[in-house]
Amino acid sequence: MAEAAAVVAESLAGYRARAARAVLEQVVLPGEELLLPGQEDGEGPGSAGERPLRLNAGARSGGRVVCGPGLRRCGDRLLVTKCGRLRHKEPGSGNGGGVYWVDSQQKRYVPVKGDHVIGIVTAKSGDIFKVDVGGSEPASLSYLSFEGATKRNRPNVQVGDLIYGQFVVANKDMEPEMVCIDSCGRANGMGVIGQDGLLFKVTLGLIRRLLAPDCEILQEVGKLYPLEIVFGMNGRIWVKAKTIQQTLILANILEACEHMTADQRKQIFSRLAES
Amino acid sequence: MAAERKTKLSKNLLRMKFMQRGLDSETKKQLEEEEKKIISEEHWYLDLPELKEKESFIIEEQSFLLCEDLLYGRMSFRGFNPEVEKLMLQMNAKNKAEEVEEETVELDVSDEEMARRYETLVGTIGKKFAKKRDRANYEEDENGDIKPVKTKKMFLKPQD
Repeated sequence: MAEAAAVVAESLAGYRARAARAVLEQVVLPGEELLLPGQEDGEGPGSAGERPLRLNAGARSGGRVVCGPGLRRCGDRLLVTKCGRLRHKEPGSGNGGGVYWVDSQQKRYVPVKGDHVIGIVTAKSGDIFKVDVGGSEPASLSYLSFEGATKRNRPNVQVGDLIYGQFVVANKDMEPEMVCIDSCGRANGMGVIGQDGLLFKVTLGLIRRLLAPDCEILQEVGKLYPLEIVFGMNGRIWVKAKTIQQTLILANILEACEHMTADQRKQIFSRLAES
Repeated sequence: MAAERKTKLSKNLLRMKFMQRGLDSETKKQLEEEEKKIISEEHWYLDLPELKEKESFIIEEQSFLLCEDLLYGRMSFRGFNPEVEKLMLQMNAKNKAEEVEEETVELDVSDEEMARRYETLVGTIGKKFAKKRDRANYEEDENGDIKPVKTKKMFLKPQD
């Protein structure tokens, strides 16, 4: 908290754009301006209009920079729109400036194209289902966008069913649209999620932490007992185990992981393994 | 009066193809210029200041998928749902190495088996298309496979 306060003071007092390289893994605040590696030696933000774009001139950063969630491009300036830690990923191959994004804590989901989410069917109207995904507006889901569905062969989807699907249309001006097939027409695990199980909500940051390739939590959870989990990028988790008790334990662990240190977690898992 | 009328042909008439031959170069040029003017006047254009936007080297992307290499969202552990477990391997392996997957494409029928199968098929299909007279030429060998009997064609001397 003290760190954040210091940042506020500095950004208000100095009112200068900071170099993105210098604030990596540090807290950034909405409204702040960041300078990309090629722009660092430029003047202040005041003369942004006349300042030549140095990105293409500099040989060391001769590629395109991707600004991910939490950042916004404004002309050739890079502005922060979310509060959180600034992260950076080196480009995978060849040149380019890599990816910058802000790792923020939030509960409100905003649909993003390509995200896999868990939705609840709220209405069935003619050709489309209305699916609640936790966004500002329910998403629409065509009955034809299921694997093997045709005009004659409708999928068996009821109001209240859980859907694991993907966004194909998601922008601020239009109604989000989901599908349950990939570009080849295969389900690949998408569609109606089976009976029973338990659905609960966590923060969006926790979902990303759990889905990270080297996540210890999931590896430990997987050793406990047979279980199935579905993670939606909209902060919803669906779990199912052999018994209701096991399912509840699972849900509680995952929820608690939000505010647990690695040691506390290990203690709990060892206690569970004993029982 | 009469002479004046003779020299003054209308522009539209002069523009016609058969009139162009007799025209001198100066009037030709004049006509062309006028034509150009008419065409350019009829062209519409947007009365906007020129776009000064330079090519941007920052790309906006609102998805976390690109930033963090997230795993596939469906998981199953210790054999709870074998279908999902198989899918999990498949989807998560895709991120790591796509080339490896292509090499290990499972073959249902090996090439040798295919060749053996088609070997026997040659006779069977051949028999189907043979005429009734020739059908006797196809014989079944000890394996039950049908093979054409090779007979040498030769000239038969007609008997009288």
